[in-house]
Amino acid sequence: MKSKILTTPISNEDLETLTIGDIVYLTGYLITSRDDVHQRLIKQHKPLPIDLAGRAIFHAGPIMQEIEGQPGKYRVISIGPTTSMRMEKYQKEFIRQTGLKLIVGKGGMGPDTAGACREYKAIHAVFPGGCAVLAANCVEEVEKVEWLDLGMPEAMWVMRVREFGPLIVSIDTSGNNLFENNKKAFNIKKDELVEEICRHVDYLQ
Amino acid sequence: MNTAEQLEKFIDIMARFTVYTGKYLPDDVYAKLQDLREKEDAALATIVYDAMFEDLRLAHELDRPLCQDTGVIQYFVQVGSRFPLLDHIENALVEAVKKATRLGPLRHNAVEVFEEKNTGNNVGKRIPWIDWELVPDSDEATIYVYMAGGGCSLPGIARVLMPLEGYEGVVKLVFDQVTSYGINACPPLLIGIGIAGSVEVAAKLSKKALLRPIGSQNSNPRGAELEALIEAGLNAIKIGPGGLGGENSVMGVHIEEAARHPATIAAALSTGCWAHRRGVIKIKADMEYQIISHQGVVL
Repeated sequence: MKSKILTTPISNEDLETLTIGDIVYLTGYLITSRDDVHQRLIKQHKPLPIDLAGRAIFHAGPIMQEIEGQPGKYRVISIGPTTSMRMEKYQKEFIRQTGLKLIVGKGGMGPDTAGACREYKAIHAVFPGGCAVLAANCVEEVEKVEWLDLGMPEAMWVMRVREFGPLIVSIDTSGNNLFENNKKAFNIKKDELVEEICRHVDYLQ
Repeated sequence: MNTAEQLEKFIDIMARFTVYTGKYLPDDVYAKLQDLREKEDAALATIVYDAMFEDLRLAHELDRPLCQDTGVIQYFVQVGSRFPLLDHIENALVEAVKKATRLGPLRHNAVEVFEEKNTGNNVGKRIPWIDWELVPDSDEATIYVYMAGGGCSLPGIARVLMPLEGYEGVVKLVFDQVTSYGINACPPLLIGIGIAGSVEVAAKLSKKALLRPIGSQNSNPRGAELEALIEAGLNAIKIGPGGLGGENSVMGVHIEEAARHPATIAAALSTGCWAHRRGVIKIKADMEYQIISHQGVVL
């Protein structure tokens, strides 16, 4: 298990030495993009208001608070990752169109995303789920917000972060998929365990 | 105190208790997480548990919601038939949610169906969701606040099984769902299972099962046995914190049941994440309160 700091703009070379299970930290730009942002770009073909090339997106819907006396300026209260699998439907195309290099989220993603990570040299990494104040503490500034009409959780919040992490690499640039590997192992055990439990629950008369 | 004064006090207590529930885990959940953390020594599991406890510490220090997803607020109300504000509870809880959203601050999580607009104050059609139980011959109210994030609501499922699928069918449903969707739902999970005759009863009971304190058992010996079997089985899968592998998978398994129809076994699953924000407060007729879920806390 290696540990390193990635700084935006991230290059392919920065990512190619990383493998699943490695720990990374991010310094630079991190931009929230979740369900509605993915659907606006890929399904509705609306151009993104922010260039994501070489940057990192965060599957997250934060609690933001407008700073008193500074209209339009926000500070982050709480910002943990959301379930990445929800974005699987559009993630591959989103990676292709934007040139993003790092997806930060929670839990695993599927084969389409893993394929896109291999083809376009990007990675998916997880921030520990629920640890939203820990994450907020790594944010230096909320620079701006776009598409706020989508509401607080779905808007694109543009943040500068410093050593944001720990991020556990779950899909690497070879397309290896940590959660898919785990799932296979869990499912093998599951079948034996269910069979064993079912021997004890014949409660019908 | 006249009714208006009582109402003002009730709204204030419930707003502040709702905010509190988003910032501090209940005693039983905190203790269980400590217990599970001590059993881990794998590298990734240790990193995740360290992050969780650091997050709890920072939430306390900075006075912030410990998880950004403060849920669509649900209240489970056990109200005495002689509680003085019985007529006003529903409106009062709506006001409490609006106030809590400002005070917290809580994330805006109520999206109106069809309009597809976030209301911006956590109040919407039938939201906050209120579940009622009327308690005869009592002048008190016991209210559960529950904040379920979207992540741990995703594994929710309810199905009506044919009786010959038996309790085996219930076990399979739970294991299939936990090893697929459950991995992404911020484990270690609390597992709530409802068994009944129809789908809505089972679903509601599965959620109520999550309100029981960790360590409690089903009142039926077979129910308690099934809880223990499923808990041991899920733990043996070793899903670990965050789904990254570890010594355990769950904080507990709770089953609640209602008598079923001879021709159906309805089974439902609700899951709670490690950040299981469940608060329980008892409010007396004079508006004095006692917090049950977080011992010794005064708002």
